[in-house]
Amino acid sequence: MKRSSMESSKTLNTVLTYAFLILGALIMILPFVWMILTSSKTVPESNMIPVTILPERIMLDNFVEAVKSLPFVNLYLNTGLMIFFRVVCAVLFSSMAGYAFAKLEFKGKGLLFGIVLVQMSLPSQIFIIPQYQMVAKMGMANTIFALVFPGIVSAFGVFFLRQTYMGIPKEIGEAAYLDGCNQWQTFYKVMFPLTGTSVAALTIFTAVFAYSDLMWPLVVNSDLNMMTLSSGLATLRGQFSTNFPVLMAGSLLAMLPMVVLYLIFQKQFIEGIASTGGK
Amino acid sequence: MKKNKLSPAARREQNWAYIMVGPTIIGLLVLNIWPFIQTIYTSFCEHLGFGRYKFIGLANYVEMFQTPEFWKATWNTILFCILTVPLGLFLSLLVAMLLNAKIKFKGGFRTIFFLPMVCAPAAVTMVWRWIFNADYGILNQIFGTDIKWITDPNVVMLSCAIVAIWSNIGYDAVLLLAGLQNIPKTLYEANSIDGAGKVKQFFTITLPMVSPTLFVVMIMRLMASVKVYDLIYMMVEETNPAVTSVQSLMYLFYRESFVAGSRGMGSAIVIWTVLLIGLVTVIQFYGQKKWVNYDV
Repeated sequence: MKRSSMESSKTLNTVLTYAFLILGALIMILPFVWMILTSSKTVPESNMIPVTILPERIMLDNFVEAVKSLPFVNLYLNTGLMIFFRVVCAVLFSSMAGYAFAKLEFKGKGLLFGIVLVQMSLPSQIFIIPQYQMVAKMGMANTIFALVFPGIVSAFGVFFLRQTYMGIPKEIGEAAYLDGCNQWQTFYKVMFPLTGTSVAALTIFTAVFAYSDLMWPLVVNSDLNMMTLSSGLATLRGQFSTNFPVLMAGSLLAMLPMVVLYLIFQKQFIEGIASTGGK
Repeated sequence: MKKNKLSPAARREQNWAYIMVGPTIIGLLVLNIWPFIQTIYTSFCEHLGFGRYKFIGLANYVEMFQTPEFWKATWNTILFCILTVPLGLFLSLLVAMLLNAKIKFKGGFRTIFFLPMVCAPAAVTMVWRWIFNADYGILNQIFGTDIKWITDPNVVMLSCAIVAIWSNIGYDAVLLLAGLQNIPKTLYEANSIDGAGKVKQFFTITLPMVSPTLFVVMIMRLMASVKVYDLIYMMVEETNPAVTSVQSLMYLFYRESFVAGSRGMGSAIVIWTVLLIGLVTVIQFYGQKKWVNYDV
């Protein structure tokens, strides 16, 4: 008797768990579905009262309109290059520094690591005005360099990879050293290849945050052809403030590359970003 | 003299270390430390245009503290945190606990909840503007309401809070899920022999055990919320009459520094925000002693 009541309460629990999760998943996914459906509607169709859910036909007119109003090829290229250079810089410089802070002895280590911690604890906006002035002074506004500029070094990357290197047993490095490797070779040939998972996590983290960043690209690159997908969308918002089908098409175009990468590398994305969590 | 004490091998190690941290340290000094000092200095200056400044002492701060828009932005920022952080954390913990149960399609659910994280805020807020649209938006149509979600000064903050919670739930849930998975199963087994109910189990086992993770997520979420800018900027453009009812400190910073061009005032606002973040952090670290459990 008792057993069967326990079992039925267990079933109820399972049903409730699924009910909540499915409801939650619907709330998460429906805005995206609505975005896709709207992107295939005409303006009068999208403004129907009562609302019609499905578009009358699948059409790409709104995407054509969005591409005409925004130089999407440039936006993809600018965003891609910004992400590429930021990732390369973050991985290269942070690996080197992270290794040195974790495994090497040198004078001033504490002080220098303090600089890393200071940067990490300050919000990026506190650097923006002087950074912008530097870029302007160099005459580098409206360039790819300007987009990459604040991301040339990554204090977070140093901190994160230092943790990783600290987790690698010292004996591995010592063995390589005894085999005749110098410090650089030990790092480059032996230690760095062991940090694949962390480097992948840092890559994804850097890419997603660079891609989402809005204030810096808006400030530094005002030329439409030099904007990123995010700042370009902000411009499109002003241009088509009431034409939601075109805005939805533009947003979909901007989201597509990252979402496709995400769906392919779900595990790496979720676990990578979660492992960098806290920033 | 001291240098001579180092063995040649130790000296070589030290030289390599300097070469390896060199790019990072130079970069941080140029890109962050020097700008940080400059921003502090600029907050005591008036911007004369073309990057020239005149020292004016505390005038920016005096003016800032006398501006109602500034206090409104400060309150908006605090209100945004109050509206989004507790409820967002509660829902994230709920989702994390549901995902931690023995269920099918766990990975699929996780992927869906996490999806907003990889979409630029600029893109996702666009569809929310459409959903919230007062005339043709689907939300008003479904509920038969006539709420001006984005232009009514009394409602617009709520709309932004909804979008913020929706955007961050998956990320926070994934972090919390990692914390939940570290709780040894044996704790629950021992407890269920006692015949403890699910609710009691939550308060005696789950919450204390996950509290360190919850604390980290809360700190991170609070800091991000104090710095909120992009979401509100995309939801509420500068020409929207409701903008003062929702603009955060960082939104005001952006407008002062880069639209109005008063970089001295902009710097003062950002310094104020940093102090606010510092204050919030200190309060949290004192508060954690009351509820975060590091014993187990």
